Amino acid sequence: MSETLGISPQSVDDPEPLRVVLAKLGFDGHDRGLKVVARTLRDAGMEVIYLGLRQTTDSIVAACEQEDADVIGLSMHNAGHLTLAPRMVQAVEEADLDVPVVIGGIVPAEDVAVLIEAGVAAVLGPGASAEEVVAAVRAAPNRQSPDHQSPAR
Amino acid sequence: MSPTSLDELFESARAGNRRALGRLLTMVERQDDNAVIVSERAHRDAGQARVIGVTGAPGSGKSTITGRLAAVSGAARPAILAIDPSSPLTGGAILGDRIRMDNNVSSSTFIRSMATRGHAGGLAVAVPDAVRVLDAAGCDPIIVETVGVGQVEVTVAAAADTTVVVVTPGWGDAVQANKAGLLEVADIFVVNKADRPDARGARRDLELMLDLGHRGEWRAPIVLTTATEGEGIDDLWSEIERHTSFLHHSGELIRRRCLRRRSEVADRIELGLRDRALRIIEAQSGESAMGRVERHELSPAAAAEQLLAALIPDNPPEE
Ligand code: B12
Ligand SMILES: Nc1nc2c(ncn2[C@@H]2O[C@H](COP(=O)(O)OP(=O)(O)O)[C@@H](O)[C@H]2O)c(=O)[nH]1
Ligand SMILES: [Mg+2]
Repeated sequence: MSETLGISPQSVDDPEPLRVVLAKLGFDGHDRGLKVVARTLRDAGMEVIYLGLRQTTDSIVAACEQEDADVIGLSMHNAGHLTLAPRMVQAVEEADLDVPVVIGGIVPAEDVAVLIEAGVAAVLGPGASAEEVVAAVRAAPNRQSPDHQSPAR
Repeated sequence: MSPTSLDELFESARAGNRRALGRLLTMVERQDDNAVIVSERAHRDAGQARVIGVTGAPGSGKSTITGRLAAVSGAARPAILAIDPSSPLTGGAILGDRIRMDNNVSSSTFIRSMATRGHAGGLAVAVPDAVRVLDAAGCDPIIVETVGVGQVEVTVAAAADTTVVVVTPGWGDAVQANKAGLLEVADIFVVNKADRPDARGARRDLELMLDLGHRGEWRAPIVLTTATEGEGIDDLWSEIERHTSFLHHSGELIRRRCLRRRSEVADRIELGLRDRALRIIEAQSGESAMGRVERHELSPAAAAEQLLAALIPDNPPEE
């Protein structure tokens, strides 16, 4: 056994956890993937605000504002992604929020570029590993931007 | 941070801007240097709102009740602060209270989820600050939901004007609540999930415990609710209002708030001391007491004594 007692008091300089809003948009009951992602992100040290099923762009924007979220994560399995995802991005922009939208679920390969073009930060599909999920969410916001650090805008 | 931008944030928050309020809450949640400034600024406008604590075992229905309460309060701008534990291993958290609230509350209800985060005792400072900010922003009532396990969480919920303790039918729950120290802090009891068998039994258990333990002018009423259906929530709100007026007429409100302010100062000192001490200790290395503890040359008890003595000289010995 090591002689080191491993006393490392919670550092005062720990980075603040990312706050991620997770939701299903519209009528789509596939929430298993979203639940998996919620646990994955929690295990990576993030704070997940779980909204669950049947959300609207309005309810997601409201939650983002109230929760001061860093990322929106949507899970889509109802073939509505080409309409719904850009609508979400647009709603975020209209609210003048600086929050990236990350998408997972069933998105055919040929649609990925379309979604990225529409402003979606990343798209993941079935079989995405925990590492890939975490990396996509971590890379999405530019937390270094002065905009996020200071309330003065 | 320039004071103007902070004033602007407070002004927007007061005017109902969710995003400004969300930002301010993040600042106090982080408990960094900005937090003190925000807290100070909020203090000027706070002190108006009713603060209601809702606590009880996980899954007892606190979030469902809380969302319903905000709705029946008829208030123009109710706020909910929902607190859930962070994982001690990773620091992450799943904050799932909104799922049980969103469908019931109106868009004028401000909901903020808060994780307990790592810093020991930090909750005891971050929560009063968050309540202060919500108050200064004009929210009223402010309902604080915490899991009723663990000393800190119970204390946080009890630091309200009115504390509601939620139990569910089944013999175990009331006993557990008793053990967790919840019975002493309850101003109102809710037996939720009254659609399940033996809700009346749970009420009887509580009555018995109250018969034994109750003292003072106010005896905590027991309300049966089926929160998922909204049943009994009106009764619960009436009892909260009755308690509010009791607080006013008895002078208990002033007494409670005084106590709360005092204990917040003590909590802040404790936390500040701890932070400063840890910072100094972390900066030390090599032959420091901490280094010797790590190498098993010094006992933790002796090291702590040495470090404390170096940080703050003890009282002069009394003769
Ligand atoms: C399980 C399942 C169901 C379950 C759902 C249970 C539940 N509560 O989730 C049930 C049986 C209810 C169901 C019903 C239906 N289903 Co279904 N279902 C599936 C199935 C077999 C697996 C989905 C799943 O849970 N996968 C496991 C999770 C972990 O994977 P995942 O969701 O992909 O998530 C991963 C990644 O995508 C990514 N990810 C996902 N979300 C997010 C979010 C973020 C932010 C990030 C970073 C990453 C990320 O990370 C995850 C981990 O790797 C899929 C087939 C498939 N191979 O995907 C069909 C499928 C999704 N279903 C389908 C259909 C059509 C239906 C029904 C309409 C069928 C019907 N006619 O009744 C209904 C509709 C139900 C409804 N109300 O919406 C189709 C969808 C077709 C499409 N979109 O074009 C699929 C693709 C089957 C198919 N090949 O046709 N279904
Ligand atoms: N049967 C029944 N279930 C309820 C009632 N109130 C809440 N629930 C369910 O209990 C679970 C936990 O509720 P929640 O409000 O999240 O509890 P919390 O963990 O105490 O905040 C959810 O599935 C609710 O739908 C009730 O009155 N009756
Ligand atoms: Mg809850």
